[in-house]
Amino acid sequence: MALAAIYSLFIINKSGGLIYYKDYGSAGRIDTNDSLRLASLWHSMHAISQQLSPIPGCTGIDLLQAHNFDLHCFQSLTGTKFFVVCETGAQNMETLLKVIYELYTDFVLKNPFYEMEMPIRCELFDLNLAQVIHKYRVALLGR
Amino acid sequence: MQFFGGGSLTSVAPEVTPSPAAPPGTGTGANAQVLYVFNRNGVCLLYREWHRPLHTLDPTQDHKLMFGLLFSLRSFTAKIDPTTAEKGNLGVPLLPGQGCSFYSFKTNTYKLNFMESPSGIKLILISHPRTGDQRDSLKHIYNLYVEYVVKNPLYAPGTPIK
Repeated sequence: MALAAIYSLFIINKSGGLIYYKDYGSAGRIDTNDSLRLASLWHSMHAISQQLSPIPGCTGIDLLQAHNFDLHCFQSLTGTKFFVVCETGAQNMETLLKVIYELYTDFVLKNPFYEMEMPIRCELFDLNLAQVIHKYRVALLGR
Repeated sequence: MQFFGGGSLTSVAPEVTPSPAAPPGTGTGANAQVLYVFNRNGVCLLYREWHRPLHTLDPTQDHKLMFGLLFSLRSFTAKIDPTTAEKGNLGVPLLPGQGCSFYSFKTNTYKLNFMESPSGIKLILISHPRTGDQRDSLKHIYNLYVEYVVKNPLYAPGTPIK
């Protein structure tokens, strides 16, 4: 069953600016301005959720469950956030996010022409990301 | 005015009958940590805490922050919803049923369960991160609210519940 369809991927830098957005088939395509606004909104809400924690040591929202979709978020130690919008009940999204983080470190951070905190324009990253997403989909649909 | 029962809102089967039937699996409610109830305008009608080691802000600011967070989160989920093509703009305040709404979010230290009724009453329950789906518990709490608060002739809507 295609229970793990990924709708979109966002990568946000330390200050909350959107540096990467990829859409994998949501019904309404979000235009650039809206994606920027949503990313900043998410960044602020992630920070606010840490303040509202009843227990010390909160690192922000990991999973947001809504009626039509789930949102998994991963924050690296440097403050870069990776979040993916997927179908409700999707499994293994955390592993996928970690794999994407690895790709980010390999193809974006080690790229000498890439400036920190700027939008990502690295071909190899796009290529490998597409491969990983495709492999992930095939692995789940093939079963 | 004394609230019926007087005890914690998560206790199942209060002494006064009739009460709505508790959903199976609610257990002793030992997991709940904090409960907030807000009305449509952001007035905090009820705040109960059972287990809250850390208080970052004073109560009024805490309530405002919580309400603001939920308000923005609802706009966010309505806009980022991948299953509907027609979405409103980000800044527009949403009506209670409009747009896709979230029902819970989880962090490493807590889980927040949320429910909004059609009249705009928002129920928030903060619990341990590994708690399961609490939508039924929130519905149960909402039913208690309807039974004992709304139907209480001495209760003025929009004021904190006593």
